[in-house]
Amino acid sequence: MATQHSRSAARIMLAPAVILLLGWMLVPLIMTLFFSFKKYLPLRGGDLGWVGFENYVRFVTSSSFWPSVLTTLVIVGGVLVITVVLGVLLAILLNQPMWGQGVVRILVIAPFFVMPTVSALVWKNMFMDPVNGLFAHLWKFFGATPVEWLTQVPMSSIIVIVSWQWLPFATLILLTAIQSLDGEQLEASEMDGAPPLARFAFIVLPHLGRAITVVVLIQTIFLLSIFAEIFVTTQGAFGTKTLTYLIYQRVLESQNVGLGSAGGVYAIILANIVAIFLMRMVGKNLDA
Amino acid sequence: MGQIQLNQVTKSFGNVQVIPPLDLTIEDGEFTVFVGPSGCGKSTLLRMIAGLEDLTSGQISIDGEDATDTPPAKRGLAMVFQSYALYPHMSVRKNIAFPMRMAKMDKAEQDRRIEAAASALNLTDYLDRRPGQLSGGQRQRVAIGRAIVREPSAFLFDEPLSNLDAALRVGMRLEISEMHERLKTTMIYVTHDQVEAMTMADKIVVLQAGVIEQVGSPLDLYNAPCNKFVAGFIGSPKMNFIEGAEAAAHGAHCIGCRPEHITVSTTEGLWQGTVGVAEHLGSDTYIHIHGVPGCDPMTVRASGEFTVKHGDRVYLTPDMNHLHKFDEAGLRVA
Repeated sequence: MATQHSRSAARIMLAPAVILLLGWMLVPLIMTLFFSFKKYLPLRGGDLGWVGFENYVRFVTSSSFWPSVLTTLVIVGGVLVITVVLGVLLAILLNQPMWGQGVVRILVIAPFFVMPTVSALVWKNMFMDPVNGLFAHLWKFFGATPVEWLTQVPMSSIIVIVSWQWLPFATLILLTAIQSLDGEQLEASEMDGAPPLARFAFIVLPHLGRAITVVVLIQTIFLLSIFAEIFVTTQGAFGTKTLTYLIYQRVLESQNVGLGSAGGVYAIILANIVAIFLMRMVGKNLDA
Repeated sequence: MGQIQLNQVTKSFGNVQVIPPLDLTIEDGEFTVFVGPSGCGKSTLLRMIAGLEDLTSGQISIDGEDATDTPPAKRGLAMVFQSYALYPHMSVRKNIAFPMRMAKMDKAEQDRRIEAAASALNLTDYLDRRPGQLSGGQRQRVAIGRAIVREPSAFLFDEPLSNLDAALRVGMRLEISEMHERLKTTMIYVTHDQVEAMTMADKIVVLQAGVIEQVGSPLDLYNAPCNKFVAGFIGSPKMNFIEGAEAAAHGAHCIGCRPEHITVSTTEGLWQGTVGVAEHLGSDTYIHIHGVPGCDPMTVRASGEFTVKHGDRVYLTPDMNHLHKFDEAGLRVA
């Protein structure tokens, strides 16, 4: 892109995509901001005028606000820990030469192709159902009382379901990273007298640092807005109400668009706070 | 101490035998170079000595003790890899300290050895940098530093200079030779470059297809190559091989004469031919000569002042004292 002419041609060609993306992002954002300052009740009188920051105050002072923020962070944190730890182990396992490697890799990646709603329903009805679920049968086989997963340990259950969905993603990214590790480095460390665990800690793990950062950042973005899994399992009951779910309830169940929009703005702020912390903690891995 | 003995060592990958039974003894303190064309099994042999590659059969002993099944770390050998294999996320200091850290060596002793290695290798100013911030030659020195601090019984080098540019390669060649003079430790050095082999080695092992063709000092190999392969491989430019009537006149199937052992003249000589390409190196000129019976083209060395043009007729006279004779199987005839 050397000449004036080619630069302006490039701008013109980029414009449609940029405008589309901007519109896609800006229109909902501006509408959310617009409604968050209004008292807007679609089934109870419609637009009832401007109310200033009242929606914001009401949303934050509601007794379900802070618990929902905490729930969101616990789910995100739990899923991240499980997927990264298991993802590293699975990646190492899948990197070993073995018979049927290609098929096994596809099988491991398969859960990622299942829609969140479907996978949550499958888990809820086929595994975690206290009467007919696979786990219930397993418990009964050993003479134990079946656990009512989604009522007794709802948070852990949801974390397990979501981790199952995201583990393939983490594994895939980490596997490609591990494949790029220079074999001579491992051989050199072996000659330097490093036992297998030390080779993992000093050579493999630092090499995976950047890939782990990518996994953590991307998963956090998607997990902060987790919704379907909660909608089809607990419907936000038993302390599984995330911020996204609370906003959904405010807008659709209470039919209060203004209040929900204010919640949406808080969600944006929360996402940014988390993003800043993450960038501080792990972002330096992306340099160099 | 660092005497390494290979006894009937073989290596197969699946059904392919890359190293047929092989015997070799490397004496303590010797600088041994494995040289051969690529794919001849020299790196595999080195990796077997290092313990990175299992033996299919045979035995390796280090200092008289059987080390065939000893894990690499316990063999007391240090290796410098072609890609240097530095740990990219560690500083130079930590890279050099890594083997000592793994051996749980005393911290003060670690620092002392790092300082000593760094000053010997001119790395003192770079100790806190990462490998990514160093030039190729510096990385090479870090890799050597990491090997030195372990005070191994032998150093193994796997084509360590092949990633450096020509000028650096000459410099590093000298540094490694000097290091060997200073440390007097056994060194095994793998290269495909016969110049490195000739300049550095106490003992050269010429390999082809996993078989040792000849073992000897650089000048032994140069003066008395045991077959045509070694004759052609050692020496640069390559030896000229003459077959047919001219060879039969000397009672051999094939005679070999090095470019530096042929006198070229514009007036008289034993053979005649026409000048092809002349490569002027300043001190010497290598002339490719066409039309010599039994050998086309023939390369000869002339002095830098000798000027001929493309297509000129020249006369060549070989030095009879440096004529090598080979039989049908390519073996040397005394």
